[in-house]
Amino acid sequence: MAIQRKSNMLIIDGNQAAAIAAKMSRVQVVAAYPITPQTPLTEQLSQFVEQGELKAEYVAVESEHSAMAVCTSASIVGARAFTATSSHGLAYMHEMLHWAAGARLPIVLACVNRAIGAPWNVLNDQQDSISQRDTGWIQIYCRNNQEIIDTIIQAYRIAEQVHVPVMVCYDGYILSHTEMPVDVPEQADVDRYLPSYKPHTTLDPANPKNYNLVTLANPRIGVDGKLCHGYMELRYLLQEALQNSRETILQAGREFNGIFGRDYERMFWEDRNDDAEITIVAMGSLAMEAIVAADMLREEGIKVGVLGLRVFRPFPKSDVVQALRKSKLIVVFDKNISYGSEGATCSEIKSALYGTYINASIRNFIVGLGGRDIKARELVEATKKAIASLKETVINPDYPEWICQI
Amino acid sequence: MAQKSSLSNRPLEIRWHGRGGQGAITAAKIIAQAAYLKGYKGVTAAPSFGAERRGAPVSASTRISTEPVLVVSQVENPEIVVVLDHTLLKYPDVTHGLGKNGWLIVNSPLSPRELGLKGEFNIATADATKVCQDLELIVAGLVIVNTAILGALVRATKIVDLPTLEKIIRERFSKSTVDINLAAINKTYEITKTGK
Repeated sequence: MAIQRKSNMLIIDGNQAAAIAAKMSRVQVVAAYPITPQTPLTEQLSQFVEQGELKAEYVAVESEHSAMAVCTSASIVGARAFTATSSHGLAYMHEMLHWAAGARLPIVLACVNRAIGAPWNVLNDQQDSISQRDTGWIQIYCRNNQEIIDTIIQAYRIAEQVHVPVMVCYDGYILSHTEMPVDVPEQADVDRYLPSYKPHTTLDPANPKNYNLVTLANPRIGVDGKLCHGYMELRYLLQEALQNSRETILQAGREFNGIFGRDYERMFWEDRNDDAEITIVAMGSLAMEAIVAADMLREEGIKVGVLGLRVFRPFPKSDVVQALRKSKLIVVFDKNISYGSEGATCSEIKSALYGTYINASIRNFIVGLGGRDIKARELVEATKKAIASLKETVINPDYPEWICQI
Repeated sequence: MAQKSSLSNRPLEIRWHGRGGQGAITAAKIIAQAAYLKGYKGVTAAPSFGAERRGAPVSASTRISTEPVLVVSQVENPEIVVVLDHTLLKYPDVTHGLGKNGWLIVNSPLSPRELGLKGEFNIATADATKVCQDLELIVAGLVIVNTAILGALVRATKIVDLPTLEKIIRERFSKSTVDINLAAINKTYEITKTGK
């Protein structure tokens, strides 16, 4: 596979980066089922375990539903657990995603973003992870392979601090199968950054407890005489944990910078945005292509910046408002569609801006579904179309435009 | 070497065409690694996305830049196209987008002129298949030309040099296969013909 270079630079693909990150995070249980384009990641992890490079239990399950069931069980007994999947695998895992988040277990899942059928398609878009938006997981998206390795390591820090599972998402093929230079951290530094997992509650046969028992609507007195939360209080606490996780995410990014020299003290990436009158919003690898588009537009004298969404859940509303305060036009590109509405990230942007003093026009384009190639020049054309549309109306249209042949 | 003009940070792009099993993707990765070793900070190597099978036409791409590569979309206007199997030249996709200062590198017994291709790009040919047959660089009955053709690529475009390429081959290949692959590269380098 990869070749050692000066310092720790390796030329590796996204799946290799994710596998190395899981290994360096010293995960103790890996349960996964292979699915394109995630497969090489699970193969690499099983090889690490087989060769003794990773001291973990690799559970070769028969489905993704079971994969998350195993991760949930492993996490309940105090193990650091990891899984990875894509597309239909994530959809099949849906029920257990709720279970992991509801049980407040710090599992980390790598979602290698892929389209969902029908019709069959193995290529990239973000419909799979966006469809799991409301399961209570933190979602962080990566723009390149460096961010994959760094984000998975940070994800354990975040998950174990706020007791919420973290889904680290990266684009199938575009990142998972594309090699690029990655600075691989030293294991000693990762150990310093990420101490071993200390669960606050552990299921232990020597000390029997009820766990995840049927919880009624209203709070009630438990066997120990203490008032226990009802179902709704537990839901509130999960929401509160996500609402409050921003500080933990920023701190995890800040301390990562302190040790590894790469700054992640941010909820999203901003490029060329300081003097921008128009801001392009994109998530995942498209946010890099968008920087090229912004440069092309700037060559024509159009002041364009890029907001590359990183943390999608919790959605950083006030940070986004701050970043978009000077924008007169916001052009949001989504690799997903909430059918009957619009792209999911566009809805978030609109929601964040509502009721603020920012009165920017917003245009939404659906792009790149099922691996449809989307080039910088097409982002440029769409942005120009959005600018031209302002002459007709500044009011935001009800529905997005699609960059496709219809 | 062919140069991009419009944007300073636009990478040089190479597209590889071969048949599944010939090693086009490995070749794409080797050149990316060699370029990185030469000091290019931005390199990417990617297979064509989708289902691939032995014998079917496949493609791959390499991007090389002095800055980190931000472009993730598919290669549209490559400076260099490398063809591992000349029977693929019948498909217009293979030379699509190749500009007039670009290079077409073909594994073929024919000379550049004999290929009879229309286009203003430069052409380099070398019979890498014969080189590999003579050296018995054959795996499971398949002549493996992916390293040999790198000799023609380096000769024509000077995108990296032979010592750098040799270093990558020595790092990447098992000891028993290093010498035969290096011999294939060097021999193909020697016999490469260039023209229009």
